[in-house]
Amino acid sequence: MKTIDLPVHAIAHARAGDKGDVSNISLIAYLDNGWDLINNLVTEDKIQSIFKRLGSTKVDRYELPNLKALNFVIHNALGGGVNSSLRLDRHGKTLSSHLLLELVLPITKNMIPIKSPYLEKFIED
Amino acid sequence: MSKKVYIGCGAGFAGDRFDASIPIVKQLSKINAPKYLMFEVLAERTLALAQQLRTKNSEEGYSPFLDSYITPILSDCLENNIKIISNIGAANPMGAAKRIFEIAEKQKIKKPKIGVVIGDDLLAYMSDSEILESPTMEGLDFSNNKITAANVYLGAKPIADALEKGADIVVVGRSVDSALALGPLIYEYKWKENDLDLMAAGTICGHLLECGAQVTGAYFADPGYKDVPDLAYVGFPIAEVHEDGTFVITKPDGTGGLVNEATVTEQLLYETHDPSSYLVPDVTADMTSLVLENDGINRILVKGAKGNTPPKQLKATICCDNGFMGEAEMSYAGPNALARARLAGEIIDQRIQKLGIQGPMRIEIIGGGSVHYSLDETASYELPNNGDYRVRASAIYPHKKQAQQMIDEVTSLYCSGPSAGGGARSYVTPQSSTASILVDRSIVNPQIEVKIL
Repeated sequence: MKTIDLPVHAIAHARAGDKGDVSNISLIAYLDNGWDLINNLVTEDKIQSIFKRLGSTKVDRYELPNLKALNFVIHNALGGGVNSSLRLDRHGKTLSSHLLLELVLPITKNMIPIKSPYLEKFIED
Repeated sequence: MSKKVYIGCGAGFAGDRFDASIPIVKQLSKINAPKYLMFEVLAERTLALAQQLRTKNSEEGYSPFLDSYITPILSDCLENNIKIISNIGAANPMGAAKRIFEIAEKQKIKKPKIGVVIGDDLLAYMSDSEILESPTMEGLDFSNNKITAANVYLGAKPIADALEKGADIVVVGRSVDSALALGPLIYEYKWKENDLDLMAAGTICGHLLECGAQVTGAYFADPGYKDVPDLAYVGFPIAEVHEDGTFVITKPDGTGGLVNEATVTEQLLYETHDPSSYLVPDVTADMTSLVLENDGINRILVKGAKGNTPPKQLKATICCDNGFMGEAEMSYAGPNALARARLAGEIIDQRIQKLGIQGPMRIEIIGGGSVHYSLDETASYELPNNGDYRVRASAIYPHKKQAQQMIDEVTSLYCSGPSAGGGARSYVTPQSSTASILVDRSIVNPQIEVKIL
């Protein structure tokens, strides 16, 4: 089956939370085959490579197969945390969107939910 | 049909929609079963501010939003036997109870029985040095700063005790948010504290409720990809909890929003670290065994919670004053706007260096990837040079005057900066820093008191 490199946004959704200077970002697949892909390919190193620039020193990865979800705990990524960060987004609430765009994976059409605008990428010209 | 306990959540943070609880109260009023309405309105910073208010005036220090949340629903809740559970007490739960009595009197309704939980305020029974000597989990070295608040997270037991003593309303200060739901469940079902799977189920239920509409389709919409109907009138959550700890998350009829596996999973992992070890005073909850099932439209059944032994020590948050933050912004739009915004940022940087104020500072371009990049970084995606950009400078300094000097440098770009800057806004706000410490239960437990007023 044809694969296209696309942001993980095509096959998963995410939410970021904060505790002190630690961000946690969930990555939840819409479909079972999307879960297999993220579970196989999205490592701690991959997440660290995206968030290192924001100060991350360590990433912990947790699997929740029942929920088709990964949870990443990203240490020291919030510029000191909500009470001392100089960033506009002190909680790092938008970091979930950053992950959904920056993490690019080889995606097949059947991992994408119906009606998603990403399906247009697979229309043969 | 077996008994169910209904728990609605009318607020997920200090400042959440004040009218959100009205549809919940309307729905619960039609049901003949034990029913509760929780309000979670206490952030870490809120407590430090509340503590300052109480120091100035001993009557104050409860949530500044108490009137806005309680006034619209107090009479309907009392009339329909919906019990209210909230951390609206902040730094002064007794003061909050007194204020609720005043609201009841003004509304000419019968005086409610209010349970007040005391004992979370460590400053009441530990010295500053005892607090600072406690093991630190995370955060700053506080040794040079005066502690403005120190509160330990209490569990669900005191809330259950208050209900046992006949309270219509339970007011707490700092407790874990999920206890606002677990407390009523312990009371209604006589759950034993050593039945850890049930403690975990009630905790996870509370965790899903505690951020209000974040589990019912709010904080979720991504138009075209994840659509949510009628978000302007999103329904806040109601949990229907069975005696065996399984529960359904749903929302009031006729409201906007969405409850499905995706909305519930996002909220489940929100602010969670190791999902097999979610720590609260009552239990170490394990979410990895959870199963979510569709139970009809906008209904998700949650089952399979597992619990392990609770942590030995309790977590407390301490706050101290930490200088002043200056923030200032200026917009550039149209042709070559990105270059002009960047030039403005460079000018601010040079001017602050010349002033010689020492302290951490950040300059970023709003519209140019500001939340993920700073001025000296390039976004991974291409930014058009023509556009609508806003330079933002922020810094934290020990003195208010220094923060003011910094923001003045941004405002001065009106006449002394690049071409066509507009819409300057600037703010100076006092900063409070926090750290988390661990406190022995043997210090806290004797101080916990449940008063019925």
